[in-house]
Amino acid sequence: MLTADSPAGARKDRRSSARLIRRIPLLLLLVFLLLLLTGIAVDEPARVLEQARSVCLPCIGID
Amino acid sequence: MERLRFWIQSLWLFLSNGYWAFPVSGTLYQGPLKVLCSPGLNCYSCPAATTFCPIGSLQQLLLGVRLALQSGHAYLGTYVLGCMGLLGTAFGRLICGWACPFGLVQEMLHRIPSPKLAIPGWLGWGKYLVLLLLVVVLPLTVIDDFGLGLPWFCKFLCPAGTLEAGIPMVLLMPDLRSAVGVLYLYKLCLLALVLLWSIASFRPFCRSLCPLGAFYGMFNRISLIRLKFDADNCTKCGACHRICPVDIQVDRSPNSGECIRCLRCCTEACQHDALAVEIAGHVWRPRPAPFDQPAR
Repeated sequence: MLTADSPAGARKDRRSSARLIRRIPLLLLLVFLLLLLTGIAVDEPARVLEQARSVCLPCIGID
Repeated sequence: MERLRFWIQSLWLFLSNGYWAFPVSGTLYQGPLKVLCSPGLNCYSCPAATTFCPIGSLQQLLLGVRLALQSGHAYLGTYVLGCMGLLGTAFGRLICGWACPFGLVQEMLHRIPSPKLAIPGWLGWGKYLVLLLLVVVLPLTVIDDFGLGLPWFCKFLCPAGTLEAGIPMVLLMPDLRSAVGVLYLYKLCLLALVLLWSIASFRPFCRSLCPLGAFYGMFNRISLIRLKFDADNCTKCGACHRICPVDIQVDRSPNSGECIRCLRCCTEACQHDALAVEIAGHVWRPRPAPFDQPAR
Protein backbone atom coordinates (compact mmCIF):
# COMPACT_ATOMS: atom_id res chain seq x y z
CA MET A 1 0.00 0.00 0.00
CA LEU A 2 1.29 3.47 -0.89
CA THR A 3 1.52 6.00 1.92
CA ALA A 4 2.58 9.64 1.79
CA ASP A 5 5.71 8.63 3.74
CA SER A 6 6.96 6.15 1.14
CA PRO A 7 8.87 7.56 -1.88
CA ALA A 8 6.27 6.22 -4.31
CA GLY A 9 3.46 7.69 -2.22
CA ALA A 10 5.16 11.08 -2.06
CA ARG A 11 5.61 11.03 -5.85
CA LYS A 12 1.93 10.21 -6.29
CA ASP A 13 0.98 13.05 -3.91
CA ARG A 14 3.17 15.50 -5.84
CA ARG A 15 1.67 14.40 -9.14
CA SER A 16 -1.91 14.80 -7.92
CA SER A 17 -1.24 18.24 -6.39
CA ALA A 18 0.48 19.32 -9.62
CA ARG A 19 -2.58 18.16 -11.55
CA LEU A 20 -4.82 20.13 -9.17
CA ILE A 21 -2.70 23.27 -9.56
CA ARG A 22 -2.95 22.89 -13.34
CA ARG A 23 -6.75 22.63 -13.11
CA ILE A 24 -7.33 25.61 -10.80
CA PRO A 25 -6.61 28.28 -13.46
CA LEU A 26 -8.95 26.56 -15.89
CA LEU A 27 -11.73 26.52 -13.28
CA LEU A 28 -11.07 30.16 -12.42
CA LEU A 29 -11.09 31.14 -16.09
CA LEU A 30 -14.49 29.49 -16.39
CA VAL A 31 -15.82 31.26 -13.27
CA PHE A 32 -14.62 34.69 -14.44
CA LEU A 33 -15.90 34.06 -17.95
CA LEU A 34 -19.32 33.31 -16.45
CA LEU A 35 -19.12 36.53 -14.40
CA LEU A 36 -18.22 38.48 -17.53
CA LEU A 37 -21.10 36.93 -19.48
CA THR A 38 -23.48 37.67 -16.59
CA GLY A 39 -22.37 41.30 -16.76
CA ILE A 40 -22.95 41.37 -20.51
CA ALA A 41 -26.39 39.78 -20.04
CA VAL A 42 -27.48 42.60 -17.70
CA ASP A 43 -26.06 45.23 -20.06
CA GLU A 44 -23.31 46.33 -17.69
CA PRO A 45 -20.86 47.19 -20.53
CA ALA A 46 -23.23 49.99 -21.61
CA ARG A 47 -23.07 51.47 -18.09
CA VAL A 48 -19.27 51.08 -18.04
CA LEU A 49 -19.03 52.81 -21.42
CA GLU A 50 -21.29 55.63 -20.23
CA GLN A 51 -19.06 56.19 -17.19
CA ALA A 52 -15.81 55.93 -19.13
CA ARG A 53 -16.99 58.49 -21.69
CA SER A 54 -17.43 61.22 -19.10
CA VAL A 55 -14.84 62.94 -16.93
CA CYS A 56 -14.98 61.73 -13.33
CA LEU A 57 -14.48 65.04 -11.53
CA PRO A 58 -13.83 63.68 -8.00
CA CYS A 59 -11.33 61.24 -9.53
CA ILE A 60 -9.25 64.07 -10.99
CA GLY A 61 -9.35 66.01 -7.72
CA ILE A 62 -12.19 68.42 -8.44
CA ASP A 63 -14.99 68.32 -5.89
CA MET B 1 14.95 40.90 -22.01
CA GLU B 2 14.83 44.22 -20.13
CA ARG B 3 14.91 46.09 -23.43
CA LEU B 4 12.07 43.95 -24.80
CA ARG B 5 10.09 44.58 -21.60
CA PHE B 6 10.62 48.34 -21.97
CA TRP B 7 9.33 48.29 -25.55
CA ILE B 8 6.29 46.20 -24.63
CA GLN B 9 5.54 48.53 -21.69
CA SER B 10 5.82 51.52 -24.04
CA LEU B 11 3.56 49.82 -26.58
CA TRP B 12 0.90 49.28 -23.87
CA LEU B 13 1.29 52.88 -22.74
CA PHE B 14 0.45 54.05 -26.26
CA LEU B 15 -2.29 51.45 -26.82
CA SER B 16 -4.00 52.43 -23.56
CA ASN B 17 -3.58 56.13 -24.36
CA GLY B 18 -3.86 56.19 -28.13
CA TYR B 19 -6.33 59.05 -28.68
CA TRP B 20 -4.10 61.92 -29.68
CA ALA B 21 -6.87 64.09 -31.17
CA PHE B 22 -7.86 65.45 -27.75
CA PRO B 23 -6.10 68.83 -28.17
CA VAL B 24 -8.32 69.40 -31.24
CA SER B 25 -11.55 67.85 -29.90
CA GLY B 26 -11.07 69.54 -26.51
CA THR B 27 -12.33 66.48 -24.66
CA LEU B 28 -11.51 62.87 -23.86
CA TYR B 29 -11.95 59.85 -26.16
CA GLN B 30 -15.58 58.73 -26.28
CA GLY B 31 -15.45 55.92 -28.81
CA PRO B 32 -16.57 52.29 -28.48
CA LEU B 33 -13.12 50.97 -27.47
CA LYS B 34 -13.81 52.31 -23.99
CA VAL B 35 -15.88 49.21 -23.33
CA LEU B 36 -12.58 47.28 -23.20
CA CYS B 37 -10.70 46.77 -19.95
CA SER B 38 -7.25 48.29 -19.56
CA PRO B 39 -4.99 45.58 -18.16
CA GLY B 40 -2.93 48.07 -16.14
CA LEU B 41 -3.83 51.04 -13.96
CA ASN B 42 -4.76 53.73 -16.49
CA CYS B 43 -7.29 56.45 -15.64
CA TYR B 44 -10.22 56.54 -18.08
CA SER B 45 -10.60 60.27 -17.49
CA CYS B 46 -7.22 60.73 -19.19
CA PRO B 47 -8.05 62.58 -22.44
CA ALA B 48 -6.01 60.07 -24.49
CA ALA B 49 -7.32 56.91 -22.73
CA THR B 50 -8.86 54.38 -25.10
CA THR B 51 -9.98 51.81 -22.51
CA PHE B 52 -11.60 51.81 -19.06
CA CYS B 53 -9.67 51.51 -15.81
CA PRO B 54 -10.80 48.33 -14.01
CA ILE B 55 -10.38 49.83 -10.52
CA GLY B 56 -12.12 53.10 -11.43
CA SER B 57 -15.04 51.31 -13.11
CA LEU B 58 -15.46 48.74 -10.35
CA GLN B 59 -15.64 51.53 -7.78
CA GLN B 60 -18.15 53.52 -9.83
CA LEU B 61 -20.40 50.48 -10.14
CA LEU B 62 -20.13 49.62 -6.44
CA LEU B 63 -20.81 53.15 -5.22
CA GLY B 64 -23.98 53.34 -7.31
CA VAL B 65 -25.16 49.78 -6.73
CA ARG B 66 -28.15 50.82 -4.55
CA LEU B 67 -29.48 53.32 -7.08
CA ALA B 68 -28.95 50.84 -9.91
CA LEU B 69 -30.88 48.11 -8.09
CA GLN B 70 -33.67 50.55 -7.22
CA SER B 71 -33.99 51.45 -10.88
CA GLY B 72 -34.10 47.79 -11.87
CA HIS B 73 -30.55 47.40 -13.19
CA ALA B 74 -28.35 44.62 -11.77
CA TYR B 75 -25.07 46.49 -12.26
CA LEU B 76 -23.05 44.63 -9.63
CA GLY B 77 -19.63 44.96 -11.24
CA THR B 78 -19.66 41.41 -12.64
CA TYR B 79 -18.50 42.49 -16.11
CA VAL B 80 -15.54 44.44 -14.70
CA LEU B 81 -14.69 41.73 -12.16
CA GLY B 82 -14.92 39.11 -14.93
CA CYS B 83 -12.46 41.10 -17.08
CA MET B 84 -10.06 41.57 -14.15
CA GLY B 85 -10.32 37.92 -13.12
CA LEU B 86 -9.66 36.61 -16.64
CA LEU B 87 -6.58 38.84 -16.93
CA GLY B 88 -5.41 37.87 -13.43
CA THR B 89 -5.90 34.14 -13.98
CA ALA B 90 -4.10 34.21 -17.30
CA PHE B 91 -1.20 36.53 -16.47
CA GLY B 92 -1.10 37.32 -12.72
CA ARG B 93 1.22 40.24 -12.05
CA LEU B 94 2.96 39.82 -15.39
CA ILE B 95 0.60 42.64 -16.36
CA CYS B 96 2.22 44.91 -13.72
CA GLY B 97 5.68 44.25 -15.11
CA TRP B 98 4.85 44.38 -18.80
CA ALA B 99 1.66 46.37 -19.42
CA CYS B 100 1.08 48.98 -16.72
CA PRO B 101 1.64 52.61 -17.85
CA PHE B 102 2.04 53.94 -14.30
CA GLY B 103 4.52 51.16 -13.53
CA LEU B 104 6.59 52.28 -16.53
CA VAL B 105 6.57 55.88 -15.28
CA GLN B 106 7.89 54.75 -11.88
CA GLU B 107 10.56 52.55 -13.48
CA MET B 108 11.79 55.41 -15.67
CA LEU B 109 12.08 57.65 -12.63
CA HIS B 110 14.01 54.96 -10.77
CA ARG B 111 16.72 55.15 -13.44
CA ILE B 112 17.63 58.65 -12.23
CA PRO B 113 20.90 58.28 -10.32
CA SER B 114 20.29 58.76 -6.58
CA PRO B 115 20.75 56.92 -3.27
CA LYS B 116 18.39 53.91 -3.42
CA LEU B 117 16.10 52.88 -0.57
CA ALA B 118 14.61 49.44 0.11
CA ILE B 119 10.89 49.20 0.85
CA PRO B 120 10.06 47.43 4.15
CA GLY B 121 8.20 44.16 3.55
CA TRP B 122 5.26 45.06 5.79
CA LEU B 123 4.35 47.97 3.49
CA GLY B 124 3.35 45.33 0.93
CA TRP B 125 0.19 44.66 2.97
CA GLY B 126 -0.92 48.25 2.35
CA LYS B 127 -2.15 47.48 -1.15
CA TYR B 128 -4.46 44.70 0.10
CA LEU B 129 -5.88 47.12 2.65
CA VAL B 130 -6.41 49.74 -0.09
CA LEU B 131 -8.18 47.15 -2.28
CA LEU B 132 -10.45 46.01 0.52
CA LEU B 133 -11.23 49.36 2.13
CA LEU B 134 -10.92 52.10 -0.48
CA VAL B 135 -12.10 50.13 -3.51
CA VAL B 136 -14.78 47.85 -2.05
CA VAL B 137 -15.92 48.51 1.54
CA LEU B 138 -16.03 52.32 1.74
CA PRO B 139 -17.66 52.96 -1.69
CA LEU B 140 -20.30 50.35 -0.77
CA THR B 141 -21.02 51.45 2.79
CA VAL B 142 -20.41 55.21 3.17
CA ILE B 143 -23.31 56.73 1.26
CA ASP B 144 -25.01 60.12 1.04
CA ASP B 145 -28.73 60.95 1.36
CA PHE B 146 -29.31 59.81 -2.22
CA GLY B 147 -27.75 56.39 -1.59
CA LEU B 148 -24.62 57.22 -3.57
CA GLY B 149 -21.08 56.45 -2.34
CA LEU B 150 -17.72 57.98 -3.22
CA PRO B 151 -14.86 56.68 -5.40
CA TRP B 152 -12.53 56.64 -2.37
CA PHE B 153 -9.44 55.26 -4.08
CA CYS B 154 -9.66 57.49 -7.16
CA LYS B 155 -10.64 60.57 -5.19
CA PHE B 156 -8.22 60.39 -2.28
CA LEU B 157 -5.30 58.23 -3.37
CA CYS B 158 -4.79 57.41 -7.05
CA PRO B 159 -1.68 59.28 -8.29
CA ALA B 160 -2.10 57.79 -11.79
CA GLY B 161 -5.42 59.67 -12.10
CA THR B 162 -3.78 62.96 -11.13
CA LEU B 163 -0.90 62.48 -13.58
CA GLU B 164 -2.90 61.13 -16.52
CA ALA B 165 -6.19 62.97 -16.06
CA GLY B 166 -6.08 65.66 -13.34
CA ILE B 167 -3.26 67.72 -14.82
CA PRO B 168 -4.12 67.30 -18.55
CA MET B 169 -7.86 67.91 -18.08
CA VAL B 170 -7.32 71.11 -16.10
CA LEU B 171 -4.95 72.30 -18.84
CA LEU B 172 -7.36 71.22 -21.57
CA MET B 173 -10.62 72.59 -20.10
CA PRO B 174 -10.30 76.21 -18.90
CA ASP B 175 -13.71 75.95 -17.14
CA LEU B 176 -12.27 73.41 -14.70
CA ARG B 177 -9.51 75.77 -13.51
CA SER B 178 -11.90 77.83 -11.39
CA ALA B 179 -13.01 74.63 -9.61
CA VAL B 180 -9.50 73.67 -8.51
CA GLY B 181 -9.33 73.56 -4.71
CA VAL B 182 -7.77 71.87 -1.70
CA LEU B 183 -8.48 68.35 -2.95
CA TYR B 184 -6.67 69.02 -6.23
CA LEU B 185 -3.66 70.49 -4.43
CA TYR B 186 -3.62 67.53 -2.00
CA LYS B 187 -3.61 65.12 -4.95
CA LEU B 188 -0.80 67.05 -6.64
CA CYS B 189 1.29 66.79 -3.43
CA LEU B 190 0.53 63.05 -3.21
CA LEU B 191 1.59 62.57 -6.84
CA ALA B 192 4.82 64.51 -6.21
CA LEU B 193 5.56 62.32 -3.17
CA VAL B 194 5.02 59.10 -5.14
CA LEU B 195 7.15 60.33 -8.04
CA LEU B 196 9.97 61.40 -5.71
CA TRP B 197 9.74 58.08 -3.85
CA SER B 198 10.00 56.30 -7.23
CA ILE B 199 13.40 57.88 -7.80
CA ALA B 200 14.68 56.37 -4.54
CA SER B 201 12.75 53.06 -4.49
CA PHE B 202 11.71 50.64 -7.23
CA ARG B 203 7.96 50.97 -7.99
CA PRO B 204 6.87 52.10 -4.51
CA PHE B 205 3.23 52.66 -5.49
CA CYS B 206 2.90 49.21 -7.12
CA ARG B 207 4.45 47.51 -4.10
CA SER B 208 2.67 49.30 -1.29
CA LEU B 209 -0.56 50.93 -2.48
CA CYS B 210 -1.81 49.66 -5.86
CA PRO B 211 -5.12 47.79 -5.49
CA LEU B 212 -4.87 46.36 -9.01
CA GLY B 213 -1.44 44.94 -8.17
CA ALA B 214 -2.95 43.43 -5.01
CA PHE B 215 -5.73 41.83 -7.06
CA TYR B 216 -3.41 40.38 -9.70
CA GLY B 217 -0.93 39.34 -6.99
CA MET B 218 -3.52 36.97 -5.51
CA PHE B 219 -3.37 35.00 -8.79
CA ASN B 220 0.43 34.74 -9.03
CA ARG B 221 0.53 31.24 -7.52
CA ILE B 222 -2.07 29.75 -9.84
CA SER B 223 -1.98 31.87 -13.01
CA LEU B 224 -1.30 30.27 -16.39
CA ILE B 225 2.07 32.03 -16.49
CA ARG B 226 4.16 31.18 -13.42
CA LEU B 227 7.73 30.67 -12.34
CA LYS B 228 8.87 27.09 -11.88
CA PHE B 229 11.60 26.48 -9.31
CA ASP B 230 13.66 23.31 -9.36
CA ALA B 231 15.20 22.83 -5.89
CA ASP B 232 17.41 19.98 -7.16
CA ASN B 233 19.26 22.35 -9.51
CA CYS B 234 19.49 25.26 -7.05
CA THR B 235 22.96 25.89 -5.58
CA LYS B 236 21.68 28.58 -3.17
CA CYS B 237 24.08 31.08 -4.76
CA GLY B 238 21.58 33.89 -4.13
CA ALA B 239 21.95 35.43 -7.62
CA CYS B 240 18.17 35.43 -8.14
CA HIS B 241 17.54 37.31 -4.89
CA ARG B 242 20.32 39.82 -5.59
CA ILE B 243 18.95 40.72 -9.02
CA CYS B 244 15.26 40.84 -8.01
CA PRO B 245 14.10 44.48 -8.11
CA VAL B 246 11.26 43.79 -5.65
CA ASP B 247 13.44 41.90 -3.14
CA ILE B 248 11.80 38.47 -3.36
CA GLN B 249 13.55 35.36 -2.03
CA VAL B 250 12.95 33.65 -5.37
CA ASP B 251 14.18 30.25 -4.17
CA ARG B 252 11.68 30.32 -1.28
CA SER B 253 8.60 31.78 -3.00
CA PRO B 254 9.02 32.03 -6.77
CA ASN B 255 5.33 32.85 -7.18
CA SER B 256 5.08 35.46 -4.44
CA GLY B 257 2.27 38.01 -4.81
CA GLU B 258 4.96 40.71 -4.95
CA CYS B 259 6.61 39.33 -8.12
CA ILE B 260 5.92 41.53 -11.17
CA ARG B 261 7.39 38.88 -13.52
CA CYS B 262 10.20 41.01 -14.93
CA LEU B 263 11.88 37.59 -15.39
CA ARG B 264 15.36 38.97 -14.66
CA CYS B 265 16.00 36.08 -12.24
CA CYS B 266 15.44 33.58 -15.08
CA THR B 267 17.00 35.46 -17.96
CA GLU B 268 19.91 37.24 -16.29
CA ALA B 269 20.75 35.55 -13.00
CA CYS B 270 20.27 31.79 -12.64
CA GLN B 271 23.09 29.81 -14.30
CA HIS B 272 21.94 26.42 -13.04
CA ASP B 273 18.54 25.85 -14.68
CA ALA B 274 16.81 26.16 -11.31
CA LEU B 275 14.29 28.68 -12.63
CA ALA B 276 11.99 28.40 -15.60
CA VAL B 277 8.81 30.03 -16.86
CA GLU B 278 5.76 27.79 -17.01
CA ILE B 279 3.23 28.92 -19.61
CA ALA B 280 -0.01 26.90 -19.34
CA GLY B 281 1.95 23.79 -18.36
CA HIS B 282 4.70 24.25 -20.97
CA VAL B 283 8.11 24.96 -19.51
CA TRP B 284 10.35 27.62 -21.08
CA ARG B 285 13.85 27.62 -19.65
CA PRO B 286 15.68 30.79 -20.66
CA ARG B 287 19.35 30.68 -19.77
CA PRO B 288 21.53 33.74 -19.25
CA ALA B 289 24.93 33.99 -20.90
CA PRO B 290 27.51 32.52 -18.51
CA PHE B 291 28.98 35.03 -16.04
CA ASP B 292 26.95 37.81 -17.62
CA GLN B 293 25.21 38.98 -14.49
CA PRO B 294 24.58 42.72 -14.48
CA ALA B 295 24.21 44.61 -11.22
CA ARG B 296 20.71 45.35 -9.90
